[in-house]
Amino acid sequence: MSLRIVVTVKYVPDATGDRHFADDLTVDRDDVDGLLSELDEYAVEQALQISENSDDDVEITVLTVGPEDAKDALRKALSMGADKAIHVEDDDLHGTDAIGTSLVLAKAIEKAGYDLVISGLASTDGTMGVVPALLAERLGVPQVTLLSEVSVEDGTVKGRRDGDAASEQLEASLPAVVSVTDQSGEARYPSFKGIMAAKKKPVESWDLSDLDLEAEEVGLEGAWTAVDSATERPARTAGTIVKDEGEGGKQLAEFLAGQKFI
Amino acid sequence: MAEVLVFVDHVDGAVRKPTLELLTLARRIGEPVAVALGAGAENTAAALAEHGAVKVLTHDASEYADYLVVPKVDALQAAVESVSPAAVLVPSSAEGKEIAARLALRIGSGIITDAVDIEAGDEGPVATQSVFAASFTTKSRVSKGTPVITVKPNSAAVEAAPAAGAVEALAVTFSAQATGTKVTGRTPRESTGRPELTEAAIVVSGGRGVNGAENFALIESLADSLGAAVGASRAAVDAGWYPHTNQVGQTGKSVSPQLYIANGISGAIQHRAGMQTSKTIVAVNKDAEAPIFDLVDYGVVGDLFDVVPQLTDEINTRKG
Ligand SMILES: Cc1cc2nc3c(=O)[nH]c(=O)nc-3n(C[C@H](O)[C@H](O)[C@H](O)COP(=O)(O)OP(=O)(O)OC[C@H]3O[C@@H](n4cnc5c(N)ncnc54)[C@H](O)[C@@H]3O)c2cc1C
Ligand SMILES: Cc1cc2nc3c(=O)[nH]c(=O)nc-3n(C[C@H](O)[C@H](O)[C@H](O)COP(=O)(O)OP(=O)(O)OC[C@H]3O[C@@H](n4cnc5c(N)ncnc54)[C@H](O)[C@@H]3O)c2cc1C
Repeated sequence: MSLRIVVTVKYVPDATGDRHFADDLTVDRDDVDGLLSELDEYAVEQALQISENSDDDVEITVLTVGPEDAKDALRKALSMGADKAIHVEDDDLHGTDAIGTSLVLAKAIEKAGYDLVISGLASTDGTMGVVPALLAERLGVPQVTLLSEVSVEDGTVKGRRDGDAASEQLEASLPAVVSVTDQSGEARYPSFKGIMAAKKKPVESWDLSDLDLEAEEVGLEGAWTAVDSATERPARTAGTIVKDEGEGGKQLAEFLAGQKFI
Repeated sequence: MAEVLVFVDHVDGAVRKPTLELLTLARRIGEPVAVALGAGAENTAAALAEHGAVKVLTHDASEYADYLVVPKVDALQAAVESVSPAAVLVPSSAEGKEIAARLALRIGSGIITDAVDIEAGDEGPVATQSVFAASFTTKSRVSKGTPVITVKPNSAAVEAAPAAGAVEALAVTFSAQATGTKVTGRTPRESTGRPELTEAAIVVSGGRGVNGAENFALIESLADSLGAAVGASRAAVDAGWYPHTNQVGQTGKSVSPQLYIANGISGAIQHRAGMQTSKTIVAVNKDAEAPIFDLVDYGVVGDLFDVVPQLTDEINTRKG
């Protein structure tokens, strides 16, 4: 038996950098460093753990849809231990929204072949948290999402989803789409050996024609949503800051009372 | 007037506040028609009618509890087909977003998540989003199909607006996918008696500075003096001092209360992502350079072990 895992990883602008929008109201990627979305490291980690705990042959493919530099995200995932990578890159993808992104990812996943798709809980830029559910819908397979614990055995994926009202145990048969949260377990750091090995691992590049997609189906032109404006939030007006010299709590109570909170 | 579908979040018939907020927003763009599913669905009608629902479509089946997400998508799709709404509004919970996304795909529409406001526009509803850790505000539209929009809690004031709220049974046929993901066990969360974090008007949070699970009693006492919910930073959660369900931030809850009090929290970007839209922000931190002070309306530079108990005492005294 063999198990083919595709891990979807997104290349995002660094959240600690100065993120902003370009003139066409898409994310400006020129002025801020990009990286593998930290939340997708958890997805790569769980794929590696499933592989390590499995008696089957497991092949882990990491997949990204993104610009040229998105290769960095793939390299990082390969250096953590994934086996190979697919980069879907095409100028016409610029400005693709969630529905479009899920279309491209689903086509690529089908072309790559899969038994299990593992995604992060949300990207750190769009932070929608919808792509895994969209992939399940498109692929017509079960979604087993937002797991803080995941395991695969005998063609079944099981996991725990910690929701607001309850913690749920979930189960589905493969093929399936899973997403994992940052509670699923710390992601490993790439070792030196891993970084060296990653350089030799295959990275395939696909464009829209490889996926039988037309330019009009994706990008800003094909988008199902339109951004009309983006404005920087005005800096908060400087507040009052006091040093506690024994009365700090009382002073704060006075402020809260003045604001009618008490 | 065009109808607007509102997906109801309820627990055994008790409607949660974010749904009532959605009814207020829905009235700006049309006539709200609510969709309530699962056990107790019919019992939601009175509250929904009081807040403007002209109709309440209900359906109960064991599938809603036994399988993940898809049965609800099937039902909402049936509602869309029977009503032909001008838009579909869904509360921005983790599940709500997944339901909304799958629905949008099925009906050939776009989706906008985590809106903080909605208004009517010439080309359909315009949604306001607060993005990049709340450093930018965007206005967006769904440009294809029936707009599907998820809305964050605390995005609108709840307003009573009595309407008919006539209950109608919704006919639902479950798809082949509906039973794909089985819920094999469920452990309900124990109620703390405190307000729900995302819905609370006041949130009192503790971070690494709280320095231990037992010290969270200080944070809880302050919260209780104000009738507030308790939040925590990821550092405090990762240390095991407080449950993950109380984490505020990018990978925790995003809160937007009238008042947020951060105690022993530095204010990292990922924490700010979850609380920056709070109306009034207060912090207690012993480091005058902590980035959280850039956000505050009022800050106390001091040791939280001195300031927090004094504050709690003072509040309790003032309340008498
Ligand atoms: C601030 C902001 C707001 C946005 N708002 C909207 C909106 O309201 N509606 C809309 O349709 N689009 C929106 N977009 C665009 C949308 O974010 C992108 O199309 C995106 O690729 C999909 O959504 P996400 O990044 O939020 O992913 P999520 O749904 O949060 O991602 C979950 C997981 O899906 C996988 N994944 C997501 N994108 C990729 C990728 N490109 N390659 C590989 N794996 C991926 C990852 O595993 C990730 O962890 C927004 C973008 C930004 C920057
Ligand atoms: C992908 C990703 C997602 C993340 N998601 C989240 C998230 O959802 N939520 C979140 O909170 N973080 C998140 N983080 C982590 C975030 O980057 C910070 O590490 C975290 O917020 C720090 O928590 P803290 O402020 O409690 O701790 P610290 O940064 O260590 O700050 C502790 C503060 O307490 C003060 N202090 C110490 N002792 C006292 C005292 N006695 N009295 C008063 N003040 C005192 C210190 O001066 C300091 O400012 C995420 C990180 C990543 C990479």
